[in-house]
Amino acid sequence: MDGPIRLLDERWSWARGTFFKRGWDKGLARPRGPWRAARAHLGGGSTLKHIDDISRLKEIARDVRRNILLMTHAAGSGHPGGSMSATDLLVCLYFDVMRHDPGNPTWPGRDRFVLSKGHAAPALYCVLAECGYFSKDLLPSLRKFGSPLQGHPDMKRLPGIEMSTGSLGQGLSVAVGMALGGKLDGADNHVYCLIGDGESQEGQIWEAAMAAAHNRLDNLTAILDENRLQIDGPTEQIMSVPNQRARWKAFGWDAHVINGHDYEAILKALRKPKEEGVPRMIVAQTVKGKGVGFMENQVKFHGQPLTDAEMERALKELEGTA
Amino acid sequence: MMPKSTKRKQREVFGATLAECGGKNRNIVALNADLSSSTKTSTFAAVPECRTRFWNMGIAEANMMCVAAGLATTGKIVVASTFAVFATGRAYDQIRQSIAYPNLDVKIVASHAGITVGGDGASHQTIEDIALMRALPNMRVVVPCDGVETRAITEAILNIPGPFYMRMGRTDTPDILDEGTPWHLGRAMTLADGEDVTFVAIGIMVGEALKARALLAGEGVSARVVNMSSIKPIDHDTIVKAAKDTGAIVTAEEHSIIGGVGSAVCEVVAEEYRAPVRRVGIRDVFGQSGEVDELMRAYGLTADNLVRTAHDVMKERA
Repeated sequence: MDGPIRLLDERWSWARGTFFKRGWDKGLARPRGPWRAARAHLGGGSTLKHIDDISRLKEIARDVRRNILLMTHAAGSGHPGGSMSATDLLVCLYFDVMRHDPGNPTWPGRDRFVLSKGHAAPALYCVLAECGYFSKDLLPSLRKFGSPLQGHPDMKRLPGIEMSTGSLGQGLSVAVGMALGGKLDGADNHVYCLIGDGESQEGQIWEAAMAAAHNRLDNLTAILDENRLQIDGPTEQIMSVPNQRARWKAFGWDAHVINGHDYEAILKALRKPKEEGVPRMIVAQTVKGKGVGFMENQVKFHGQPLTDAEMERALKELEGTA
Repeated sequence: MMPKSTKRKQREVFGATLAECGGKNRNIVALNADLSSSTKTSTFAAVPECRTRFWNMGIAEANMMCVAAGLATTGKIVVASTFAVFATGRAYDQIRQSIAYPNLDVKIVASHAGITVGGDGASHQTIEDIALMRALPNMRVVVPCDGVETRAITEAILNIPGPFYMRMGRTDTPDILDEGTPWHLGRAMTLADGEDVTFVAIGIMVGEALKARALLAGEGVSARVVNMSSIKPIDHDTIVKAAKDTGAIVTAEEHSIIGGVGSAVCEVVAEEYRAPVRRVGIRDVFGQSGEVDELMRAYGLTADNLVRTAHDVMKERA
């Protein structure tokens, strides 16, 4: 019904030039190729060797953050803050927890990931590129005419995107549908969904919460990127959404609170054996703009890329981390 | 051709057809929002081999539409049903963002459309659903005129990938088509030929158009009747041919004259072959409670009004 996804388009190839012209690409890791290669690098197997391996995940996360800044800067728009708060969670999912094959994005046995907070698309694009779903050369085409990297994820344009999202509140319901489909098929895969805390102001999130518990979807894990900021200001000033763990527990979910930048905590929570018949919520307390000091907890970086001067400072700071 | 004396509820035919198709094709799944006994997906749910493929999502239409989208990504053919007013209005953004935009295989089959909902009143009488669905890229819009066509369309859309909106009413409608009449997406049915004016009608108004044709025949006026059950994609050729052959068109629908089949016909006529058109439908007002016949008369959805309108439009013919 749809043609093959086109990844290369001459119309925006100039964008790569602007990306590299300042030498910001220097020191960037080369594309790592398929996820399995990265996994092999991590030592393979199901047990993570904590010190070395987590430091490797952190290196990937640093590159992801750098690319988020570069691509939103090249685009002149986009959402760096909420992309950076979600980065560590996405890196853990795609490089450790999820079963997937970048060489075969439609492999039926894959775990599914739905980015319900679709505005964090830059983070997802960077992670997918790190996995090898497509070339990192595509990253500077974010939001450019003809690019498969749309401002919000488009499943028909880019491999690895499981659902087109952007209108908040809908992705968790879609994940519920995926989990129901998996149950019906007797599949043993798992569905993951990342929502925002601002997004949890949408009523539909709670419709989905109800439906997941009612249908005993233990093949569904939702992660709440609780960075406490939304476009207009702090959530507690705009529309309070406190006590998330208690809320989700009240809706019948197995809910946990973790530090969303603590790799041991993230991996432990994501790997915890499932409780039969109960969907899981991981409330990840995060920092918007995490990784660059002057961006952290600053509401203005929700939907605003950095200036040239800020870019120089941010990249320098990221180089010193991980 | 005239409406037959046998009457059926379209939604009952839909439920039975869905159950039959679902028994044969294990990929077909169905969702409902606490109205399965009204939209008749309960018939599907009652079939033992279909039972596990039916989910009642409760009174949460927005969630239902996105769950339908998620199921479609796992390779299912998903039927999502509720009343038309909630399906298209309450869950419009979910249909737009999660079904139409990613072009997923979800069939939105809605009942209780239009003012013939009757007693429930304007809150439950959608007169804008076709307009909303017609404007969405990737969405196809179909409106059966009777039980025979309901069966044919249900079978057809379950076999055509991608999103559909199928609209049905609440009340019994007389059978019009002969059993087994084939249905093709994008092709109108000329039910009766004529030379002086063409009625392009959908749903319950197809029967009224046939009655109007008989009344006009008594006055020596020859009217063509076209059933435009496939509103999107629309049959350009049949509309242009009607404009050329009869020189005047009257559209008839139990929907607002803004954005429905009347608008769709005007768009084709304006761009491809000019001829005077008059639209019979709800004239930009909300409905109200009442009996079906009272409401049809009050809002001009009658054969008599079609006859009057035909005379008006024929005066303007070049």
